[in-house]
Parts: sequence; C-alpha cells; structure tokens
Amino acid sequence: MSDVADTRQKEAIDRYWKRNIITMVILLVIWAVAGLGAGILFADKLNAFSIGGIPLGFWFAQQGSILVFVMLILVYAIVLNRLDKRHHEELEAVRGAKA
Amino acid sequence: MSVQTWTFLFVGVTFGLYLVIAWLARVSDTKGFYVAGQGIPAAANGMATAADWMSAASFISMAGIISTLGYAGGMYLMGWTGGYVLLALLLAPYLRKFGHFTVPDFIGDRYHSNTARIVAVVCAIFVSFTYVAGQMRGVGIVFSRFLEVDVNVGVYIGVAIVFVYATLGGMKGITWTQVAQYWVLITAFLTPAIAISLQYTGAAIPQIGLGSELIGEGTALLEKLDQIHADLGFASYTEPFIGSWDKLNVFCVALALMAGTAGLPHVIVRFYTVKNVAAARWSAFWALLFIALLYLTAPAIGAFARYAMLDGLHGKTEAQLPEWFHSWEQTGLILWLDDGDGALSYTGTASNEIFRSGNLGTAQVAQIKQDHEQWLRGEASGRDGRAVLRQAGLSGPDRDIIVLATPEMAGLAAWIIAFVAAGGLAAALSTASGLLLVISSSVAHDIYFRIVNTEATEGQRLLVGRAVIGVAVIVAGFLGIYPPGFVSQVVAFAFGLAAASFFPVIVLGIFSRRVGTVPAIAGMIAGIGFTAIYILGSVYGGWSHWAFGIGPQGIGVVGMALNFLVTLTLTPFFPAPDQSIQDLILSIREPEGAGPGLNIDRSVEAD
Repeated sequence: MSDVADTRQKEAIDRYWKRNIITMVILLVIWAVAGLGAGILFADKLNAFSIGGIPLGFWFAQQGSILVFVMLILVYAIVLNRLDKRHHEELEAVRGAKA
Repeated sequence: MSVQTWTFLFVGVTFGLYLVIAWLARVSDTKGFYVAGQGIPAAANGMATAADWMSAASFISMAGIISTLGYAGGMYLMGWTGGYVLLALLLAPYLRKFGHFTVPDFIGDRYHSNTARIVAVVCAIFVSFTYVAGQMRGVGIVFSRFLEVDVNVGVYIGVAIVFVYATLGGMKGITWTQVAQYWVLITAFLTPAIAISLQYTGAAIPQIGLGSELIGEGTALLEKLDQIHADLGFASYTEPFIGSWDKLNVFCVALALMAGTAGLPHVIVRFYTVKNVAAARWSAFWALLFIALLYLTAPAIGAFARYAMLDGLHGKTEAQLPEWFHSWEQTGLILWLDDGDGALSYTGTASNEIFRSGNLGTAQVAQIKQDHEQWLRGEASGRDGRAVLRQAGLSGPDRDIIVLATPEMAGLAAWIIAFVAAGGLAAALSTASGLLLVISSSVAHDIYFRIVNTEATEGQRLLVGRAVIGVAVIVAGFLGIYPPGFVSQVVAFAFGLAAASFFPVIVLGIFSRRVGTVPAIAGMIAGIGFTAIYILGSVYGGWSHWAFGIGPQGIGVVGMALNFLVTLTLTPFFPAPDQSIQDLILSIREPEGAGPGLNIDRSVEAD
C-alpha cells in the first residue's frame, strides 16, 4: 500500500514539474518574440508601420516589450500559484490514501 | 525660493524620513540585518525591490541615454525589464524554496564545494562593486549641480552620506526605507514628465505625448526630432541600427542585461524576504509593475529632453542661452567652444561646439579653453579645442545631466527641479545600500562565517559586516571619482559580468541534476575571466572589438555562452552530484512539503 502511495506521490511531483516546465517554456517563447524579436531583430521592418504616432519597431523597443513583460509575470504568478494549489490537493489525496 | 533652497529642503526632509524609518525598524541581530523577518507583504516587497533595482542609472542616466541614442536606448529598457522575466520564471521561486541567505550560499550548497562558494563570492563582490561605483557617480552628479561644486567634490559628499546611511539601518530598516524611497523617486520622475508632456503636446500621459503633435508646430514630436536630427547631421532618432549600434550589438547588450539581471545578487536576495514561494512570484510581479512605471516614462522624457535641448541651444547666442545651460556649465558636464561666430552650433558633424569634460581634470579643460581662445585670435600657439575634444570622444553634453536638467529646460517651477534632485538621490541611496548589504553579507556570512570562523558569534559577524561596509563605501567612492564610463555603461558592465558568471550556474543548478562541481566552477571562471579581461582590454587597453565586433557592454553574452559551453562540455567527464544534492535539487523544484523548511531562520541555524 505504502509503495503504491509512494509511486503516486512521485508521479504527482513529476506531473507538476512537467506542467511547470511547459508553462515556463510557453511564456519564455513569448518573451523572446516580443523583446528580442519585435524590439530588435525585426524592429527595422516593423518601423514601416506605426502605432499612436510612434513607429512600431521603435514602440516595441521602448514601450510594447515592457508591457508584454509585465503581463507575462502576472500570468506566470496566477497560473503557477494555481498549479501549486492543485498539486497540493493531489498530494493531500495521496497522503490520505497512505494513511 | 531658489532652486538651491528647495533642494536643501527636499533632500533634508527625505533624508530625515529615511533615517527615521531605519531607526524605527532597527534590529540588532544578524538575521534582521541581512534578510528582514518573514512578514513583508508581497506588494511592499515588490516596491522595495523596485527601489533597490532602480538605481541612479535608471533614474539619472537612462532617459539621458535614450535621449542621445534614440532607438538604441531601448536596449537598456528591454534588457533591464526583460531580465526581470527571466528572474521571475527561472530563479525566484526556486531560490525562495531553497531559502538561504545569499547566492553564493546556493552555489556552494548545490555544487557542494567551498571553492564554488568562494568563486561565487568573488563574482558577487566584483559585480556589486562595479554597480556601486555607478551609484556614487550618480550621487556626485546630483550634489555637484545643486551645491554648485565640482563633480568630484560631489562624489566625496555622496560617499560620506552613503556611509553614514548604510551603517545606521539593518535590512528591516532597508526594506521599509526603500518603500519610502520608491515613492520619492517615482513621484520625482513622473511629475516633471507629466508637466513637460502637457506643456509640449497637451497630453497629460507622457507615453501618449510621445506619439502626439507638438503644440504650435503641427508636426508629431518624433517626426520633428527625426527632421531636426537629419538637418543637424545626427543619426535618426527612431530608425534602428544606424552608426555604431548595429543589430548584433543592440541584441547582445539587451541579452547581457537580461541574463545579468537574473544574476544580480542584491535583487535575488529580495526574494528570500517574502513568506513563501507564491509570495515570491507575486512579489516579482509587483516589482516589475512598479519598475515599468518609470521605464515606460523614460522614453517620453528622453524624446522631450532631446527636443528641448536642440531647440534651446542650437543657433543661440550667449545672451539667448537658457539659464539651465549656465548652471550646468559650472559642473563641467557641458562645455561650449565657439568657432568665433558667437552663435552656438550643436550638431552631429565637425561644426559641433558642444562638449563635455569627461575624465579630464579642471586644469586640462582650462588649458584646452585657453588654447582655443588663442586659436580663435589666430595665434600660432593656439589649438582648435573642438578638434581636441572631438578626438577624445567628448562630443555632446554628459548624458547623465539630461534627466536632472529636463525640468529646467522646460522652465518648470523651482520646487519640481529640486524634487528631481531628491528623487535621484533616493534612487542612488536605495541601490547603494542594498548592494553594500550584499557585499557585507557575502564577506561576513559566506567567507567569514562559513569558511574562516565557523564558530563566530552574531556580534562578531555583525562587526565584520559593518567593517566591510566601511571599506566598500570608500573603494566605491574612489571608483566613482575615476569611473570607467557613464553611469549606465558602468552598470552595464556589472550586468555583463553577472550574466557571464552567475546566470548559467544558477539555472543549470536548478534545471539540471547532472551538472557537477568541477564543470560549474570551470564555467564560472571561464565566463567571468573572459568578460572581465575583454572589458578591461577595451576600456583601458585600447583593444579593437575583436570578438565579432561586439563592444564591451554586450560581451557578457559571449562570456555567458562560454560559461554554458565549458560547463556542459566538461559535465559528461565528471561525476553527477551525490544523493544529498539530488534530494536538494528535487526539494527546490517542489513548492510542496516546504513547511518549516521555508523558514529562513531555521535553515540558517541548521548549518
């Protein structure tokens, strides 16, 4: 019984870590696209367009990327803290079975 | 009241406020001195982190650099804020779960080696010193202008103030003082920005003002700037990758700042001060939100200041020059060498007459001016001072004066101008004290307590910590008087060094269970060694930028790549960490089961 519970606990931890990594990778891809991509690598091309009277590449470098970064951390805090809670409940369930 | 009276008033009142808070929250035990109790709410911690983080470089230098560089200035904005994302996602929650005092502590434990700990301490101290030097220079500039003294005298005053200040309060004091300092610095930054935006474009929000039409001109601000820049021979304000800032260098500097942020010891230590992993995540969000308020406003100030400066100086005669020009001329941070026609010419070409004294002494500047006078009169002994200064790379005003001078340029009320000085001081003080704390805790905790004298009492550790602060302030003051560059450039070097040393080993330490001791140490030494030598070689040794044409500010990226490369190449040849380290890594990855393990006090005592 205890072995089964241990395995289930280990599975829960692995599952949590995998979900954590997936969330992180998605957010980091957005981070790279908005900051390094739109703000730098494609800034010259994006400058052909404009937003609120500001060339778009320039805007991304000095305004847009920062706004995206703030949103990313907000999303991360909400998603991960929710994931933590779910993980906690899963572990509680396992521990309940163990007892 | 005059600007100077207002300055004394604001600086005096805010400074008194910080000291009162520090005194009220004063704690005498080491735990309090290094990492204030557990009860700091995430939003307050975020605010303190923001103040810790936004240094004299952010406050005084950044908008000035954007103003001078135009588009390329964005690399500082993106670098410093983007780095925060890396910090929040890759490091903060895990280091919080780990729950020890310092970054070297994590590296020492994770790689189970005192050698790794010492290498990390040396890196932390090196990075912190570079950074503190930038703060001292910033404080010096504030005082030189408002007390109307030479910039070096300003640095001496700054050293004295920071010393008194940093030895008086503990970390508990620091957290709440930094909350107060955040309010001072953000209000001081936003007030003139809003006033200028209203004055030039009628938009109350500076970020909207940035894209708006200038009142009475009928053209948009940025369009007008591009137009003036083209007329006067400066590189375009909004177009990227012109001149020395090509795509590769902008990319490297931004990335070096990003990775360096994640490795900066004084910011990381902040995440140990919240009560759990969830609070560490929220704290990161609040911090970036508070930082973004200033960072989103800086580009607007930069553009308005650029317009005000070109519009206010170019083509003016001595009598027409604005008041602010004369005030700043006394500091030597802006110089005018006329070509004899009596009208000032501020251009991006050989006809430019606006310079700065840079690292030249007062005597040298006087000599150049005298030679220039003789040259104007056609005497053989004379020399064109413009050519001399241009060759020394001193064209244009010192960028660090721009934020401080902007309210004066726009003719804002005297109290606003003085308030900005208090804000700049708050920014410099909050960062300097945070960094000094890291330096002293690195020495007192990581070296003295963990290695030299493991039996040390709290009193002994505290004494060592305070002594280290004293020495550190004096060394930093010396570096502030002989700075290797502009405030924000000096700071960029610190970030490059942090990126090249800490970032790879911390990330690999958390996300890899395979990387062992020897590869990690080799990687750190290779990274910081290469980066430091390249920076010193470029700044003092006159090296060409031989590494793919990357300048010293962006070279941290190459150092970081080298660090990763060395570590990962060596890893297969050395053993994986033993079982106790494996357990440590697994426990860091897991927010659960923390319980008492989350308690900083206990984890420290357990050593």
